[in-house]
Amino acid sequence: MSKIEINAKDYVVYTKTNEQAFSHKVSHQMHHALNNALRQAKKDGFTEVVVNNVCGQRYLGTDLQTDNMTITLNGTPGNDLAFAMNGPTIIVNGNAQDGTGNTMNNGVVVIHGQAGDITGLSARGGQIYVRNDVGYRAGIHMKEYKEKKPVLVVGGNIQDFAGEYMAGGIFIVFGLTLKEDEQYAAHFIGTGMHGGVMYLRGDIDKNNLSNEVAVSEPDEKDMQIINIYVDNYVKYFDGNKQDIMSKPFTKLTPKSLRPYGGLYRD
Amino acid sequence: MKTYLPAKYQVLRDKEKCIHCKVCVSQCSFDTHYFDEEDGVVRSTDINCIDCQRCVLFCPTTALNIVENPLAYRQNGNWKAEIIDDINKQAESGGVILTGMGNDKNHKIYWDHMLLNASQVTNPSIDPLREPMELTTFLGSKPNNLEFNEKGELISQMGPQIRLEVPMMFAAMSYGAISANCQESMARAATKMGTLWNTGEGGFNVNLRQYGPNTIVQVASGRYGVDLDYLNAGALVEIKIGQGAKPGIGGHLPGRKNSADVSRTRMIPQGTDAISPAPHHDIYSIEDLSQLIFALKEATNFTKPVSVKIAAVHNAPAIASGMVRAGADIVVIDGFRGSTGAAPKIIRDNVGIPIEMALASADARLRAEGIRNQASIVASGGIRNAGDVVKAIALGADAVNLGTAALVAMGCHVCQQCHTGKCAWGICTNDPVLVKRINPDICSERLSNMLRGWSIEIKDILGGLGVNAIESLRGNRLHLRAIDLSEQECKILGINMVGE
Repeated sequence: MSKIEINAKDYVVYTKTNEQAFSHKVSHQMHHALNNALRQAKKDGFTEVVVNNVCGQRYLGTDLQTDNMTITLNGTPGNDLAFAMNGPTIIVNGNAQDGTGNTMNNGVVVIHGQAGDITGLSARGGQIYVRNDVGYRAGIHMKEYKEKKPVLVVGGNIQDFAGEYMAGGIFIVFGLTLKEDEQYAAHFIGTGMHGGVMYLRGDIDKNNLSNEVAVSEPDEKDMQIINIYVDNYVKYFDGNKQDIMSKPFTKLTPKSLRPYGGLYRD
Repeated sequence: MKTYLPAKYQVLRDKEKCIHCKVCVSQCSFDTHYFDEEDGVVRSTDINCIDCQRCVLFCPTTALNIVENPLAYRQNGNWKAEIIDDINKQAESGGVILTGMGNDKNHKIYWDHMLLNASQVTNPSIDPLREPMELTTFLGSKPNNLEFNEKGELISQMGPQIRLEVPMMFAAMSYGAISANCQESMARAATKMGTLWNTGEGGFNVNLRQYGPNTIVQVASGRYGVDLDYLNAGALVEIKIGQGAKPGIGGHLPGRKNSADVSRTRMIPQGTDAISPAPHHDIYSIEDLSQLIFALKEATNFTKPVSVKIAAVHNAPAIASGMVRAGADIVVIDGFRGSTGAAPKIIRDNVGIPIEMALASADARLRAEGIRNQASIVASGGIRNAGDVVKAIALGADAVNLGTAALVAMGCHVCQQCHTGKCAWGICTNDPVLVKRINPDICSERLSNMLRGWSIEIKDILGGLGVNAIESLRGNRLHLRAIDLSEQECKILGINMVGE
């Protein structure tokens, strides 16, 4: 395994005037410069890339298209981390922003911290592990096709509209950042869900669930699935499996594949 | 429940001509015709007829005709038949009324209120039969100015450009909404004529990827079938924000239309509703739009222009300005006549504005702000012939999209039943029997023929105007005059009255 270290500071685009600094096009040059460095690293045959001083650069890892590359980001990557990513593993030592794993196809994203809104938006495959909390609408519109299923594992808390429009995939929440007797405060969980499955650990106020989800207890097969991802979580974040498994999980599935089928008159 | 809806059409069968061959029975996908085994004759159930004229045109003895049901609702300027029927439909179902195609109301069609100029004496008209006439159009962002080095070599960098041999493209129509054969017909015609077709948001069928260089791949809020291969498979990537037929709302491809092949192309489970949320949930602002534009540019390593399509709405000019500033290379504006495979009728008939107005005001706004060069404008929604194309370009469009016109070229009779998935012409359906009615060999030829005919007509008009390149017409509103329009309408269109 050949390894390279990149200093993200070397790819910052400095601007002359304040006016330019506020131009989107200038900031996009900066995102592009760091992504180009990653492309070059792949081209040069590096399979392990460490990027230091990451500070808001977006779309990292987007078009690398390789299963054989691990990118460690030290700092805070920007929005749309791993956008449409296909294959690489990204480890973030820090927090991630909005849109992590947006339309992701394959690969693994591990975040040693928290992630922002719409984490896993429209993901088609791959796995996202967040050690702590995620923002609003996490897991929104994740999809699946046959054996291709995205997985979103959240160690901490979720916000409103988690699992909205879910059309497939697996979304697991541990709630480890909640206090002992605290419940999930997120509302409208699973609104418009028409595929996939959510597993939530701990107590849930049923009033916070949308009308489109059916609540059940995980069966043996579900527990096998949960176990796989608890093991992965524990492995990535040095967690305590016993602690995680000490509370029961609730399974949420869509009541219908066509939640809005009855709305229309041909 | 007994329906209170009367038959809208009557089937007239000439008993002397009808040979009871059952062609009409097999051609009708709405169960209007049936063979009466007892009497040995073909009969019709008028109430099922939707007037698609398939049976009329395929009857070997021309025994059939369809007429509007002369049943007279009591005359009432307010409570028209359509309104009474709609209430009945909802009283019987409790649902949102769905429909297909574009707004069919008698609103003013501004194309018909604009007249073109021609050269007389003071400058010569050009005969396009003998002199070169240029329709080639380049879509993409153009630099603000050109810079050269000391040797006189160009050093300005220009983003990727798309070359169109004709300023007309096929509008976005997704696989699922229309059949694979229709998409193949458009892909082949676009390739032959040097223009582009658009996958719509339903993914890019693997069988059609060979036509990638002439394909626009669309990214809509559902993100169906979007991966790196998809984004890189086309000539440009289009972000669909809205659609003229249904501004502001998303789409539901009903589970019954989500067949095995559609589900593979969209990468979702078969039989589930394919729900496109109303907004992109990563776009709540111009800044967010910029983020997705550059996400797509990054994912394609800046090799593809990115287009953004919006429905023509009240603030279209300001939104267009934001889109250009956000980094869109092409701005597509879709007027309220633009069609759909399915939309709530109340939205289709009441939301959005005419493309003529939105186009004219967006072009004027971008010019006033000095950013018109940074993006191309594509006008879409209700372009019916070469005259409309020329007028759109004179109002400021770089090119136009043809949706309904393309469907009509393939056989569509605008019966507005797209949402039923039972299109008798095999267009807006994925019924395995019906889709065979579109033969890509024939339909790609019909589409190419239409584009060729329109191109010749456009050249004729250009020649008459005394210009030899479509570029010279672009945004040249002096070639347009208004007829039967108010001062305010002229002002918005930026054109003078006839005689002025």
